[in-house]
Amino acid sequence: MSVSTMAPLEPALKVIADLAPVTEGRIIPLLQKLQEAYGYLPRDVVLEVVRRTGLPASRVFGVATFYSQFRLTPGGRHTVRCCRGTACHVRGSKAVLSAVKSHLAIDDGETTPDLKFSLETVACLGTCFLAPVIMVDNDYFGSMTPGGIKKVLDAYQ
Amino acid sequence: MSYPKFVNPQDLDRFRQQAVKAEKSFRARVLICATGCRSKGALDICEAFHTELASRKLDKEISVVAAGCHGQCSRAPAVVIEPLDFLYGGVIPEDVAEIIETTLLKGKPVERLCDRADGKLAPTMKEAPFYRRQRREVLAHCGRVDPKKIEDAIARGCYAAAAKALSMTPEQVIDEVREAGIRGRGGAGFPTGVKWGFCRKATGSPKYLICNADEGDPGAFMDRALLEGVPHQVLEGMIIAAYAIGAAHGFVYVRAEYPIAVEHVEIAIRQARACGLLGRNILGSGFDFDLEVRMGAGAFVCGEETALIASLEGKRGMPRARPPFPANQGYLNQPTTINNVETLANVPLILEKGRDWYKALGTPGNTGTKIFALAGKVNNTGLVEVPIGTTLRQIIYDIGGGIAKDRPFKAAQTGGPSGGCIPAKFLDLPIDYDSLKKIGAIMGSGGLIVMDENTCMVDMARFFMDFVQQESCGKCVPCRVGTRHMLDILTRICAGDGQDGDIERLESLGHEIKAAALCGLGQTAPNPVLTTIQYFRDEYESHINLKKCPAKECRGLFRYRIDEKLCKACGRCLKTCPAEAIKGEKKVPHVIDQQRCTLCGSCFEQCKFDAVLRE
Repeated sequence: MSVSTMAPLEPALKVIADLAPVTEGRIIPLLQKLQEAYGYLPRDVVLEVVRRTGLPASRVFGVATFYSQFRLTPGGRHTVRCCRGTACHVRGSKAVLSAVKSHLAIDDGETTPDLKFSLETVACLGTCFLAPVIMVDNDYFGSMTPGGIKKVLDAYQ
Repeated sequence: MSYPKFVNPQDLDRFRQQAVKAEKSFRARVLICATGCRSKGALDICEAFHTELASRKLDKEISVVAAGCHGQCSRAPAVVIEPLDFLYGGVIPEDVAEIIETTLLKGKPVERLCDRADGKLAPTMKEAPFYRRQRREVLAHCGRVDPKKIEDAIARGCYAAAAKALSMTPEQVIDEVREAGIRGRGGAGFPTGVKWGFCRKATGSPKYLICNADEGDPGAFMDRALLEGVPHQVLEGMIIAAYAIGAAHGFVYVRAEYPIAVEHVEIAIRQARACGLLGRNILGSGFDFDLEVRMGAGAFVCGEETALIASLEGKRGMPRARPPFPANQGYLNQPTTINNVETLANVPLILEKGRDWYKALGTPGNTGTKIFALAGKVNNTGLVEVPIGTTLRQIIYDIGGGIAKDRPFKAAQTGGPSGGCIPAKFLDLPIDYDSLKKIGAIMGSGGLIVMDENTCMVDMARFFMDFVQQESCGKCVPCRVGTRHMLDILTRICAGDGQDGDIERLESLGHEIKAAALCGLGQTAPNPVLTTIQYFRDEYESHINLKKCPAKECRGLFRYRIDEKLCKACGRCLKTCPAEAIKGEKKVPHVIDQQRCTLCGSCFEQCKFDAVLRE
């Protein structure tokens, strides 16, 4: 990985300062704040944070790869979350998910080549009354049908 | 708003009287669910009420409250008008002027926004079928207060139970809770008072209290509603619990997927701290307790207490063997109590109203109420609170309004991925921790998903196994490898490749995983499979032997076809098909191109003439 692609370090330094002292017990909030600042966890930035805080890199990356919230690659401008909870499942979320996948031509966890959309499945959004539900960024779309996907996604630029 | 610091219980009571007075200066209140209903445009309705009331100069006599969940989520966005107690569902901003004109000025219901009971108008919550058979005790204030205002909570008596507890000895508090008989609402049903007693007696200092708000069970959303709607009730429960066990520090471990809950709890903590209800020397009692919020990072297994502790310690969220139990060695190896949100929200009620009142709710050994998140193919979805021991039929039919489209009931799933599928023959079984366990299911956190004849039970079992397999942390072999095998077999059966002996293989694997897995996740993971085999074995046999899915859900085991005689050539299916697999024109019955059909079922749902057949 070339140095020239490294993301700016300032946001990370601010995160470290805000959380100080950064102990092992605070690795999860640390990564959450880093991801908030960068949109994902850039490898170089995390390594630099590791160097400055003295945290073991193995611990930090171990945590980053365990929890589904963390992503080590950049996401799209918009995140599409397909709920795959039980209530959505019995109301047809499997078909909704396949429609999203075929419309965007990507799989769960992937990003479209134009970096417009990332697709994630979530276990439950806790909005079972809207089932089946998808979320695009912070907007909910309830009672989805496979046929309704195009209209919802086309509204995003 | 700045808050006064209470140095004794009298300060709290004075503040309460002021808050009540301030509230009474309004003659009516408009309570809009601004949490769950936000996804259906509730904030626009708040805005519309504010604007319209201000323009009519009514804003000094009628207050608009951005409240928590009213419970009947299927009628979102929901608005309650006090003191009339009218509940309006499906409100849009254009309705606001009429609500003000008709209801707030003339006291009459806006009929089209009201629920109905037996064909008659049921504008009030007391009359509405969804509410009249509930016993809303824990949820009593949810939807009635602005969760961002501590004065609203205190006006309803919040923190008085904490003040009372602080005047008792910790042992008396534990006694009261133990005698009340409340069992942990997170799923396993361990008696809360006993758990506190262990931690109280454990040696070691400091001790910790953790509120488990990592509500990961798909289909459960009561903890979210409580944290979003009545965060102070949960904090009060935590103060009482912390005092009982002797903890000075606590955590609220909440899912990052619940941003509104995180926001409301953080606001509540700040306000409680400002009022001196958290921090040093709470209400002059000499008791110190403070709290911080930690966000989960998306791992279902962290709902398990030892995994949750690992996560709080900044580690991968993997469970460990118990004993030692967290009561002796928990967070940072110190004595720790972990209680579920709903459990903690019950605690102030017990202290306030006493053990006898509490015991009178529910059945012996299963006291109190339980909140169920009713979802799936039922008409009234939402949060339902009933005394423990209520039957499934009462919940699904009387309160839930029956199955959508009047289809027959097939099964109810409780307890999420750890629970089981309950068949129709148990509809009249009183639901409690023990009765559910007897039939192979568990209470779990209270998700209750209703299924009709179109839900395939084998696919349901596969769905849960897929979930567990993805969420298995990988530490112990029975769970990591065993659930993978079970999933492979189930996937095979659903694809029409089931083999002789698959059912028996699933049963034997299931029993072994239950016996050998390290934590609750693995120990309960086979439940959905074992209960569906127990009660719906014929469906498994049909998939394996006949290569047919009776519910017509498993792809490859059925196809869609349009009946030429029934088709009215209306074009609805043609327009809705995302795969452009339907051909036809006006007055010519439509045809599905089987090569292009992705079996999504859109045409089946859309057809008004039942002309799309599954066979």
